[in-house]
Amino acid sequence: MAEITLKGLAHSYSKTPSSHSDYAIRQMDHVWHQGGAYALLGPSGCGKSTLLNIISGLLEPSEGDVLFDGHRVNELPPEERNIAQVFQFPVIYDTMTVYDNLAFPLRNMNTPEYKVDPKVREIADILDLTPLLSRKAKTPTADEKQKVSMGRGLVRVDVSAILFDEPLTVIEPQLKWKLRRKLKEIHERFNITMIYVTHDQLEASTFADKIAVMYDGQVVQFGTPRELFEKPAHTFVGYFIGSPGMNFLSVSHQAGKVMFGELPLPVNEAVSRSVAAAGSSNIKLGIRPEFITVSNSPEPNSVPIEVVNLQDLGTYSLLSFTLNGQLFKARLPEGHAPVGDAAHAVFSDQHIALYVDEYLVEIGHE
Amino acid sequence: MSLHLQNIDHVVGGQSHISGVNLELEPGSFNVLLGRTLAGKTTLMRLMAGLEQPTRGRIFMDGKDVTGVSVRKRNVSMVYQQFINYPSMTVRDNIASPLKLANTPQQEIDRRVGSIAEMLHIEHLLDRYPQELSGGQQQRTAMGRALVKDADLILFDEPLVNLDYKLREELRDELRELFKARNCIAVYATTEPNEALALGGNTAVLHEGKLLQYGPTEQVYREPNGRHSAEMFSEPPINIVPGKLTATEITFDQSLHFPCDPGLQRLTPGDYDFGVRASHITLKPQSADDLELPVLVDVAEISGSETFLHVRHERFPLVLHLAGIHEFHVNDAINVYFPTHQLYAFDKQGSTVHIPSSAQGSVAHG
Amino acid sequence: MNNKVLNNRAWLLVLPMLVLVAFSAIIPLMTVVNYSVQDVLGPNARFFTGTEWFHSILNDSALRDAFVRQILFSLTILAIQVPLGIGIALIMPKRGWQASAVLILITLPLLIPWNVVGSIWQIFTRGDIGLMGYGLRELGINYNITRNSGDAWATSIGMDVWHWTPLVAMLCYSGLRSIPEAYYQAARIDRASKWAIFRYIQLPKLTNVLVIAVLLRFMHSFMIYAEHFVLTGGGPGSSTTFLSQSLATMAIGQQDLGPSAAFSIIYFLVILLVSWVFYTTIMHMQKDKNPHGGA
Repeated sequence: MAEITLKGLAHSYSKTPSSHSDYAIRQMDHVWHQGGAYALLGPSGCGKSTLLNIISGLLEPSEGDVLFDGHRVNELPPEERNIAQVFQFPVIYDTMTVYDNLAFPLRNMNTPEYKVDPKVREIADILDLTPLLSRKAKTPTADEKQKVSMGRGLVRVDVSAILFDEPLTVIEPQLKWKLRRKLKEIHERFNITMIYVTHDQLEASTFADKIAVMYDGQVVQFGTPRELFEKPAHTFVGYFIGSPGMNFLSVSHQAGKVMFGELPLPVNEAVSRSVAAAGSSNIKLGIRPEFITVSNSPEPNSVPIEVVNLQDLGTYSLLSFTLNGQLFKARLPEGHAPVGDAAHAVFSDQHIALYVDEYLVEIGHE
Repeated sequence: MSLHLQNIDHVVGGQSHISGVNLELEPGSFNVLLGRTLAGKTTLMRLMAGLEQPTRGRIFMDGKDVTGVSVRKRNVSMVYQQFINYPSMTVRDNIASPLKLANTPQQEIDRRVGSIAEMLHIEHLLDRYPQELSGGQQQRTAMGRALVKDADLILFDEPLVNLDYKLREELRDELRELFKARNCIAVYATTEPNEALALGGNTAVLHEGKLLQYGPTEQVYREPNGRHSAEMFSEPPINIVPGKLTATEITFDQSLHFPCDPGLQRLTPGDYDFGVRASHITLKPQSADDLELPVLVDVAEISGSETFLHVRHERFPLVLHLAGIHEFHVNDAINVYFPTHQLYAFDKQGSTVHIPSSAQGSVAHG
Repeated sequence: MNNKVLNNRAWLLVLPMLVLVAFSAIIPLMTVVNYSVQDVLGPNARFFTGTEWFHSILNDSALRDAFVRQILFSLTILAIQVPLGIGIALIMPKRGWQASAVLILITLPLLIPWNVVGSIWQIFTRGDIGLMGYGLRELGINYNITRNSGDAWATSIGMDVWHWTPLVAMLCYSGLRSIPEAYYQAARIDRASKWAIFRYIQLPKLTNVLVIAVLLRFMHSFMIYAEHFVLTGGGPGSSTTFLSQSLATMAIGQQDLGPSAAFSIIYFLVILLVSWVFYTTIMHMQKDKNPHGGA
């Protein structure tokens, strides 16, 4: 059982880091609570694998501390940290049977066979591996192999956290959801902290109760899937979560109006006041494609747009349009009325988010 | 240029990879080859390119028989899953390589490489080497090489599959735009229905080496000609529920029966497979005659702004595609609402015998 | 129809290769077969002898002894070189300039011409001027490869180990490098001991290169000639006379064309048999590795 705390943690692969860009992970504090299902989500190169290796002990952080239940473990190697890890490509000992694979970590700790056997069978049963137990581990399919590598973590009674590094990469698309279900089931059954690293929003939000979105060596938001969608704390989260991501408008406040370039935006008083109070030159309004409505005739608070194209995506349509020369996307429900070349768009007021210097600023909606 | 495949068979070592494919591609058309792994997409593309010879059948380009003509004389280019570039050449030389082989004057080469690089947003990378680039940039370079020579036929074999989903979104959009101004035939293989829908154009659905259906993408999506085609062309796959049709009713079992749509009444009573799209089953009733089904949750897959809910009724599993974020636990008991008016019906041979009126309507509009 | 014509023309493309192989392999081989069934006394005097030469070769006790020595020699060097090669590969540095330096050092023996290797060792072991021979004598060990057959054997094996273990080591080194880092990380997390890591990760992943190493070394050791000829000349007596040397003596020294042709063919068949056994073993092992290979 473990609560994992990262205190003042930073890591640089360079021996003498001088600027921000030398750091793979920039100064951060974070707590992973005991028993939580977490995801670490971000694009390639954001530092998420570095962070995972620091937690598992394969890498020693250059600054700050890693605490397991309050104890500093910076220098402890992985084998002394009571963690298990599932890698991108299944790691199995292919000259052993599936049974021996599962028993391997127990036998390495000199567990007596009469204790090994029931534990291996219990875990095999949970993972639906029982029929394969006597088979050589090189014969199963990729998803079975990945379950075997997961099983090696679960058999150990002392395991306090399981780390997953993009574990579904090699799994056939049609089988992925079954493995996701298995993962959820296991998390709900065992009281183990699980951290799942991925670049895929679906993997992350399906598995995790809370997601840490990483960008450029920092966790820019730590929240539930719903929070990431509804209240992205950073412009990157808005862009990265959702397909397509959030639309952003760089705005300024001039003569009592919110201006998008030369175009005054019809936003409500609260938004206007917040923009005026922002006090920065980097002010953006964010609006998700889901919250833009489009019609053929002007409506209250609408802006005229030029339609670029309309893609029918089956369950919904995606409208690309330009406003003030910038490209925007709006998501229209299935069966939406056709849209002409020149149309009008309304940005739903209560779904407009304000970003000052890339971070979310609350708007006092009344 | 037009491309016509006539009765193509391809047999390798006694195993049939392609059988009886007839396909006519219009000049300047964008065509998606949709099918699962090993459906024969790559083989079909290699046949089109002339990298393989068909065992039986003929291939015509512009009405001229090119069946035995080698790939060198066909003016085709191809982009692969892996990012294939010449490692010892700069991006500029990589893109220019097909033109150099054709002895194009240097001025012309510079002009065309410049404009292609600009279209692909890699103009600032021209003097770098492929290994210094990110995956997305490498694939852009490979595309540049394919696009720079005025090929009659450009083949894309799952070009985006190895990229992050955000990059995939961007490149997909750009690709569609690139082909608007061209007069060559583009063929794009993918396993993902959503990619086919996003790309638009025409879609050919391939299954076990056979061509199931070919037509405008939206039409193939809304009016699949059979069960396989419908399953292949929706993500998550269309739900299939076996049932019995009587003169006035559809029965799933003794307790599950409901009056059938007038359109279905013209069918001969008997056993059918009924198809319902994942996005048409809901958590709240949409109309008074929706069928209420008690189900257990398998897993809720959340993808940014939407949820794929896998549930099981005691007689059949179902998948729901819901807008917004819905969190559930494994084995939660809930009710879902099954639309009785939006059913596709397939006979036991797998052919479509009924298409819901809602789907027919959309195509007429689109 | 179209297909038929194309196929026939394709055969023509094989023709140059066929002619080449005929000149390089088939014709010389047939010449040998021709000699093996005749007694050649002079340019115009030859008699058909049937299988007589084969009988006499198979019954020649000197050759049989050479064959037994050969097998014994090959097995001994394998038993030393394979474990030693793996051991060296395991302790070689993995990255940095040290890795390159060690690699170059290790490769050095492979770059020396075979007869030069023989000469080096011949001088090295001489009691009067050779470092090893002189050193051993000073230590009071009665070491002499020209008189003591045990010393000759040990030195022959030592020379072969020195010359060829680097090849095994390099093959193993490349095999070890191809094991993904994740395997080692997983093993650490599973708390596997050093021995368990070797037994369950490194050794299984090395089997493929090891099969190649064993095959190469086995066939190679069957054909050794120059080094040993220079070092011991097959002596003392015939204690280090291996197959190739017997053949050379017979064919070139004694001009017994008929028997040496028959001997060559038997020699050739033995090597073919050994290669075939190895080939089928490798194929079998690979089939074992991916049962879904056909998919």
